[in-house]
This record gives sequence, C-alpha cells and structure tokens, in this order.
Amino acid sequence: MNKLERNERLARLALLSIAFSAVSVLAVITAFIFTEGAPIMFKYGFKSFLGGMNWYPSEKSFGLLPMIVGSLMVTLGALVIGVPLGLSCAVFLTEFSSKRLRRTIKPVIELLAGIPSVVYGFMGVVLLVPFIRRTFGGPGLSVLAASVILGIMILPTIISISIDSLLAVPRTYREGSIALGATRWQTTKMVLIPAARSGIVASIILGMGRAVGETMAVIMVAGNAVDVPGSLLSPVRTLTSNIALEMGYASGEHREALFATGVILFVIIMVLNTIANVTSSRRKV
Amino acid sequence: MTTAIRVKGFSHFFGSAQTLKGIDLDVLRNEILGVVGPAGSGKSTFLGALNRMNDLVRGSRTEGAIEIDGKNIYDPDVNVAELRRKLGMVFATPVPLPRSIFENVVFGTRLAGSRGRASLVELVQDCLERTTLWEEVKDRLDASALKLSGGQQQRLCIARVLALRPDFILLDEPCSGLDPISTAKIEDSLRRLKEDYTIILVTNNTKQAARVADRTAFFLNGELIEVGPTDKIFTAPDDRRTDDYLRGRFG
Amino acid sequence: MRINPRLEQNAVKVVLMVLTATTVGILLFIIVFILRKGVPVLELSFLTRNPVDMGRGGGIFSTIVGTLVLTLVAVLIAAPLGVGTAIFLTEYTWENRVTRIIRFGADCLAGIPSIIFGLFGFILFVTKLRFGWSILSGGLTLAFMILPTIIRTSEEAIKSVPASYRQVSFSLGSTRWQMVARVVLPAALPGIVTGIILSIGRSIGETAAVIFTAGSALHLPTSIFSSSRTMAVHFYILAREGISMSNAYGTAAILVIFILIINLLTYYLMERFIRKYS
Repeated sequence: MNKLERNERLARLALLSIAFSAVSVLAVITAFIFTEGAPIMFKYGFKSFLGGMNWYPSEKSFGLLPMIVGSLMVTLGALVIGVPLGLSCAVFLTEFSSKRLRRTIKPVIELLAGIPSVVYGFMGVVLLVPFIRRTFGGPGLSVLAASVILGIMILPTIISISIDSLLAVPRTYREGSIALGATRWQTTKMVLIPAARSGIVASIILGMGRAVGETMAVIMVAGNAVDVPGSLLSPVRTLTSNIALEMGYASGEHREALFATGVILFVIIMVLNTIANVTSSRRKV
Repeated sequence: MTTAIRVKGFSHFFGSAQTLKGIDLDVLRNEILGVVGPAGSGKSTFLGALNRMNDLVRGSRTEGAIEIDGKNIYDPDVNVAELRRKLGMVFATPVPLPRSIFENVVFGTRLAGSRGRASLVELVQDCLERTTLWEEVKDRLDASALKLSGGQQQRLCIARVLALRPDFILLDEPCSGLDPISTAKIEDSLRRLKEDYTIILVTNNTKQAARVADRTAFFLNGELIEVGPTDKIFTAPDDRRTDDYLRGRFG
Repeated sequence: MRINPRLEQNAVKVVLMVLTATTVGILLFIIVFILRKGVPVLELSFLTRNPVDMGRGGGIFSTIVGTLVLTLVAVLIAAPLGVGTAIFLTEYTWENRVTRIIRFGADCLAGIPSIIFGLFGFILFVTKLRFGWSILSGGLTLAFMILPTIIRTSEEAIKSVPASYRQVSFSLGSTRWQMVARVVLPAALPGIVTGIILSIGRSIGETAAVIFTAGSALHLPTSIFSSSRTMAVHFYILAREGISMSNAYGTAAILVIFILIINLLTYYLMERFIRKYS
C-alpha cells in the first residue's frame, strides 16, 4: 500500500504547512499592531496618552481621554437600549411564543446581523439624527444617536446567543418547576434565566465588543467632535472613529498615535472576548 | 481445529490504568468464540486489541503479543490498515454511512482502491445474501442506507465487513438495542458465516453466547478467568466466579 | 402585598410581546425602508453603467465588479487556509495547550474590529510592501479578517461529524487522510460552506478595512494592483459627501438584496445539513 502511505504523508505535510501559515498570519497581525503602536505610548507615557484631554496631533498632543470617554458612553448607551430589548425578545421567543413563530423570526434577526454597518449609519443620518434635532434640540449628531444605532446593531448578537442559551437549559428544569405549580413566567424568572445566565452574559459582552469596535455607523451619526461629551445630545468621537477619520492624512508620529489607539482597542476587545469565553464556558449546570 | 489467533501474555493500558491483564487465549479457526463478562471487564478492549483499534486512543500502551499466522501483530513493521481489513469489526450501534446501500457495502473496498461499479455488483450481492439482507434491499441498492431499520442497518454493517473478504469477524455487542427478530436473523447469519470465517462475539447477553458460541471466554476486571466449550462453561465451569456471573449472582 | 402570579405573567407577557414586536418592527423597517427607496433606482442601466461625475450620475457597475473581485480574492486565500487549518487542528492533533492557544487566538481575532484590520492592511500591504491601494492589498486584508471565522465555523462543522463515522472508517482499513477526505469532509461540507458564505456576506458589507486598503478609485479595475471601489465604500462616500441620495439608496438596496440572497442560501444549506444528520 505504498501509494496510500505516500498520500497520507503528503496530506499530513500539506495540512501542517497550511495550519502553520494560518497561525503565523494570526500571530503576525497581533505582533504588528503592537510593535507599531506600543513605542509611542512608551515615549509619551501611558498617563498622558490615556488621560490626556487634548488631542492636537499637529502639536504633538496625544490625549485620548475624550475618545475613551466617548467610546464608553456610546457603548453603555448601546447596552441600555440593546439589552432590555434584546433579552425581552429572546425570552419572548423561547418561552412565550410558538416554535413556528420563533423559527420564522430568528432567521430574520440573523439576517439583520448581516446588514452592513454603513447602512445602519445611513438610516441614522437620514431618519434618526433629524428626529433628535427636531425633538430634543442640539445638532442631532450626538451620543444619543450613536447609542440608538449601536443598540439596534447589537440586537441580533444578544438575541441569537441568548435564545441559544435559553434553549440549552435542560427540559427537566422547566418541567420540574411547572410540576411544582409555578407559572411559565415564574419559571422563566427564577429558574431559566439564572440557569442560562452565563450564556446571556456572554452575549451581552460580545455585543459590547461589537459596539466598541463599530466604526462606520458611528462616524456617520456621532458628530466626531474631539471633546468629552457634556450631555447625551453632545457630539462625540469614539476611539474607532478617531482612527478612521485621521488615518487618511496622518503621518509620522500622528500615524503612530493612531496605531497606539488601535492597540488600546485591541486590548479592550481581547479582554472582553476572554471574559465572554470564560463566562460562557463556566456553564456548569 | 487449528489455532487462528494466539494471544500471549497480553496486557493493555490506557495511560496508567490497566485494562487487560496478562491474557493468554487461543482463538480457533472457524469457531464462534463468545466473550462474556460484566461491564468494564475488558471485553471490548480485547476486541479492540485484536484489530489495533485501541491504538487510536491517546495513551494506549500494550505488553505481550498477539500472533496471527505466526506473526505478532504489534510488530512495528505491520501494516495496520491491512490488519483491519483482515479483522473486520462490527460495532454495537449500527453506523451506516450517509451513502447508498450499495456504496456502504463497497466502502471498504473503495478505500483499498476499487473503482467503478460493474465489477462490484456480484460482491455486493454475495455479501448481502450472506447477511440475509439481499431479498429486502435488492430493489433499492441506490437508496440511502440511513432509511433502513436498525436491524437492517446492522446487517448492512456486517455485509460491509464481509466485502473486504476478511479472515475474522469481530462483533462488539452487535444486537444490543435490536428487536428479537433482527437478533435472531443476525445469529442465524453468524452460524452460517462461521464456515468461512472465524468469529469473535462480545456480548452482554449471556443467553446469546449460549445459543451461538462454540466456545465461551469469561472476562472479569481485565482478566481472562476461564475459556472452554460453551456447554461446559455454562453447566460446569471450573471457576466459581464464572458460575456466579452466568447464574446472574452478579452482573 | 403579593401579586397574583397569573396576573403577573399576563402583564409580563404583554410587555414582552410589545418589546419584541418593537424590535422586530425596527429591524424590518430598516430593510423595507431601504428597499422601498432604493429599488426604484435599480434599473438595468444603473447596474451596468459605470459611475459618472463622482457618482452623481451613471450606475455602479465598476463597484459591483470591484466588490466581486475583492471578495473572490479574499475567499480564494482564506478558504483553503482556514479549512486546512481546521482539519489539521481537529483531525491531526491531540487537544493540547498549543491547539488551545491557537483556538483562543483565532477567537480573539474574530472579534477584532475591522478598522484595526484596515490599519494593519494599510501599513503592511499598502505602505511597507508597496502594493499601494489595490485589490491585492484589500483582498489580503479581507482574507485575514475572515480567516478566523472560517477556521472556527469549519472546526465546528468538522467536530459535529459523529465520532462513530471515523471509527467505522478506520476499522475498514482507511488511512487518516482517506477518512478525512471520504467521510469527514463530505459530511462537514454544508457547515463549512455555510461559514464561507457568511464570511462572503461580511466581506461584501465591509467598509472600514476596505477603504484604507483597496482605495476608492471609480474606474473598472484592470489588474490586481488596481485600486477599486466596492459597493459598500461607494455607498458610504455617496452618503457622507451628500453626492446623490437616490444613488445612495440604490446602492444600499443592492447591498441589502445581496445579503438577503446570501442569508437565504445559508439558511437553506443549514437546513439540509441538519436534516441529513438527525
């Protein structure tokens, strides 16, 4: 069977090379981002980078605080909108609706996860921003607008994963609870949601990751002023927008500073992802 | 009867746990050897040692030898794929592959290099006849094997093994989960198959061993306690433990 | 004062239903709105003519081509790499610290925002390797972006092939590669293809990573070193610069339709996958 043995050896070699290349790529990307972005942070010091209030690249002032606050506010806002709506949807679809309804609606929601972010941003510009301007005053391009748009964008993530987590709770939990005389809602509230908690939390964290990383939609509706936003109606710039808006014309240390912004984002997302992984794997029932 | 397999002082380990302890056993040509014992006694491990399927599990280690045709199958120059074609294995749960009935039967031969269809038609018919499945499926050889009933699927799996023209057929609790009629059909096939093959049948069901096996081996905790003609084992075994198990005093 | 559980449940049910309807309503509204405003713009000439006057007139043909070519390059690079890696990790290695690190790395990179990939691609491909703003730069960047996802979805598809299939294959005398090629891959194929199609969907809508690597040239690309504009980038530019609202809507509608088709395809494939193995 020499031919078979030869094919086996070839296959193993080919697959090893492929896997090695892919892994190298992943490693290179990580290493690259850090090596390009870290030096400038050391040069100017973490404190001035992360805590500095002034972002004037032409004057070598690289304070990211307004953007950090911006990202934080916008992400929190997104969670305020996305989590209640998303969880309600998930709970309703798993516990209080027919299987058929869920089977029709879930794909629709997953479809919406695929809509490009620029389209969401566009809707924001065309409908939401004028509405905010008319109803609440201010420029319309605001923390509020960005939060609403981001909140809507993370809905599919939260809903999908929460539904899966709720469905994964063993039937015996439901049946046991109902057998003790609880209503469906009591069962859901006191048994199922706690049981699915780790998956639900993971979905929220992943949604957070998506919100933090979103760029295009935010640029279109947030106003992009480099100031710590004073209210919900103030314009805001996030870390991601900062990179996207200035990269086109940045050079030298300015460019390095943008890379450093990238490093910070990278670290934030990695931390979020790790937490999400840990919480969802701690599903010890 | 001649000796087909000679197991000499064979031990098996999964990591640090010893699953087979110094087995000495001869398997005679063209016999049906029944292997019985409680769960965890090493019966399946024994089977897996014969065709070296145990090798696929991480941490598997052996001592001693198993000789077939005078050669230790654990020698480093043994072609394991070839070995597994000589010792065909049927598992407890039928595993039809997601293909047609015809392609399932010839799957093993295709691995060995067979091509086309015309040359294999006779082989397929022969194998399916030997497992009494031919009449039931001859008109739908191209239908998906997944549509067969459990008993039919298991007979298909046996036919699949036969297509490789093995010397031995190893069956690991093949009728667990099957209805009595399918079980009877399979036991009938085995009785006829032993003319051309040597069969080792691991079974949880001692009555099945009593019905079908020429000789029976009793395993307990990884040790071979006793082996002998089925009649003797069931009526007047040498070892007290054999008697206890077969009478159902423990299980 | 204890609330009657039945009453509480009914109240909650209404609240949840309203919230769900709102959610689904919002999401559906977006699609319907885009389609209503954009489909009227989609006549044949819109799809077959190149943009004229920075996109004020003409159609979006070159951007459609740009999108397709860019996505093709990305998939041609990422799919073999990703599937091969997945096969290697699941079938040719024992689960150990190295595989766990690789998987963790892939998971992390799957969550990295596209702007960072854009940054990376810009510095490495456009600048350092001097590919310039080109389909090559964009394709490579996109490929790296979708690689982790393809690895993950392929791995899951492969892992869901029953262990018994592998056992049977070995017991009939197969080598490992034979088992992978004849049993595992065919069985995992719908899942793998689904993952690839989803990645294609993501590439089509991708803007941040593309705009900084493939550029935004409006003409038809002539080679892999040409800069090219994708539909998503075109849409973004039209909208942000206020060049042409109606064309923007039209482009958005096409994007949405593409995504719709891709998702339907994926859904159909997954149904087949599930039906075959349950």
